[in-house]
Amino acid sequence: MKKKKEGFVEAAHSKDSFQTEKRKKLQGKSRVRKKTFLTLSQKEALTGWAFVTPVMIGFLVFTAGSMLYSLYISFTDWNMLTEPKWVGFKNFVNLFTKDMYFWDYLGNTVYYVIVLVPTVIVISLFFAILLNKRVKGLTPFYRACLFLPCIVSTVAVSLVWKWIFNSTEGMLNGILRSFGVENPPGWLSTTEWAKNSIIIMRIWQMSGYYMVMFLSGLQTIPETLYEAAVVDGANKAQQLRYITIPLLRPTTFAITILLVLDAFNIFEIVLIMTEGRLDTSSLMYYIYTLAFENYRMGYASALAWVLFLIILGFTILRFVTRKDEKM
Amino acid sequence: MKMQLAHKKKFTISYFTKKRIGNVVYNIFMMFLCLVIVYPIFWTFCSAFKTNYQIFHEAPVNLIPRPFTLENFQELAKIYNISRMVFNGLYLAIVIPFLSMLVSSMAAYALARLRFKGSNIVFLLLISTMMIPSYVTLIPNFAIMVRLGLLNSHWALILRSALAGSATAIFLFRQYFLSIPRDLENAAIIDGCSWAGVFFRIILPNSKPILASVAILTFRGTWNAYLWPSLIIQEERLWTWTLGLKLLSEWETRQSVLMAGSVISILPILIIYIIFQKYFVNSQIGSGFSGV
Repeated sequence: MKKKKEGFVEAAHSKDSFQTEKRKKLQGKSRVRKKTFLTLSQKEALTGWAFVTPVMIGFLVFTAGSMLYSLYISFTDWNMLTEPKWVGFKNFVNLFTKDMYFWDYLGNTVYYVIVLVPTVIVISLFFAILLNKRVKGLTPFYRACLFLPCIVSTVAVSLVWKWIFNSTEGMLNGILRSFGVENPPGWLSTTEWAKNSIIIMRIWQMSGYYMVMFLSGLQTIPETLYEAAVVDGANKAQQLRYITIPLLRPTTFAITILLVLDAFNIFEIVLIMTEGRLDTSSLMYYIYTLAFENYRMGYASALAWVLFLIILGFTILRFVTRKDEKM
Repeated sequence: MKMQLAHKKKFTISYFTKKRIGNVVYNIFMMFLCLVIVYPIFWTFCSAFKTNYQIFHEAPVNLIPRPFTLENFQELAKIYNISRMVFNGLYLAIVIPFLSMLVSSMAAYALARLRFKGSNIVFLLLISTMMIPSYVTLIPNFAIMVRLGLLNSHWALILRSALAGSATAIFLFRQYFLSIPRDLENAAIIDGCSWAGVFFRIILPNSKPILASVAILTFRGTWNAYLWPSLIIQEERLWTWTLGLKLLSEWETRQSVLMAGSVISILPILIIYIIFQKYFVNSQIGSGFSGV
């Protein structure tokens, strides 16, 4: 390849005037001096590795290394001040047999996942279908409005919603009362409604985000399919049932996985809205209190790994069952 | 026959009228929906300028502050050094995206274009971090920072975010770089430009849309971050506004002051959202992945 290049340069030289030829030769000489012994593809590989090195260092230290470290800690008793003490499977055994909080918090977390995931999918799909294809007019404005809740900080909106849900002076009950509801629910202050309140707030916050993902999925569905369906006399509901939903499967698949991760990660809302009360607290919050309030790092790491394996199991299950979904 | 046709015409609404009515109904419904969704944020802004008395004694539908007061912000200024905290937050939200984008875009370019052994494995490893929940690595990361002596230092935040890059950013950048025509680079390489030169002189200047999207996403993530900064930073002078707001919420009982605090938290990201609205939404499209 290099020979070819030099030949090309020489050919070009012969056409040039004498002076420029001389100048170019001088340039060529200086380039010869700089030449290293690496071939072009070696240079490419070297640059490639140089470019991924920073990220790989970060990955090895903060992700891969940290995960292994966390796994090791989960078999120890450690308060961060003294050396970790190896205790074998004790943390895991205690977690499943002696810890009553674990099952409560697991129940709460599973409840969040089971209610939140389908609801957000339905609502964000509904929003996406409403916005799809109406490019003119006010649609960008509507899209911006629906997307707005997910850009603001969870800490701030949790504060706002804590006030909205306030049972005596809150905005929601004020509105409900003005519509003539005699005994509006106590929202966050009652056990029956606390989890649902958090879910309502999360739906409000996240729907716009997943709506945008559904919108990008909807844009990949060819218009001609709908035209053909209309010619065949299909109504809107049938179009949704037989075209939109089946063709959105890849998007829905990705969204389900992300939403499950998201629902397992509920933390800041619980921290601010109910301060980690037993009937609302998530496992994520439990890990946080165990590690950074009680300094039981080993136990917290064991819990984190259990939770990670649950999510991993779900994701793998989702990947396996996806094959049957393909028609 | 003629009669029948005329008869039919009378009772069917024309296609266009139907469409127009549909449009009106659609717009009214969407307006209502947007109002419901945006109302809590809008209400927060109004409440920040109300007196605490008005919040407690008037119907929540009453949006207009009477009297209009800046007292809540003055109260906040008595409690906290607001400008310092906002500055810390903004400073981190500018430095971290900048470094993180540099690192991620370089990696993404290598993974998108440069042929080297092991690139597939590197890509898979980096993308798989998207599936790893933050709490698994939280404790070890904290322990690392303690060991490095970076507790109570912005460097801990910068180091972790910048070096780790972000799987989302790498994914988005890679998608974008793959769409840039290869001829551009080939021409530069034949002219004797190095691969690094190609990246910094040709690829990056041609990637403004994706740079803007990722910058905004990372800005949002850094400005809103609570958990990790709260572990690292205990000294009040190093706090970001999000940390201050959280602590405020633990003991402040005046709702109007809390709403003023929320407004300070929402405002910067809102301004950026309004200016770069297009990029915000675009950055989601086609990616499907991002941390909130």
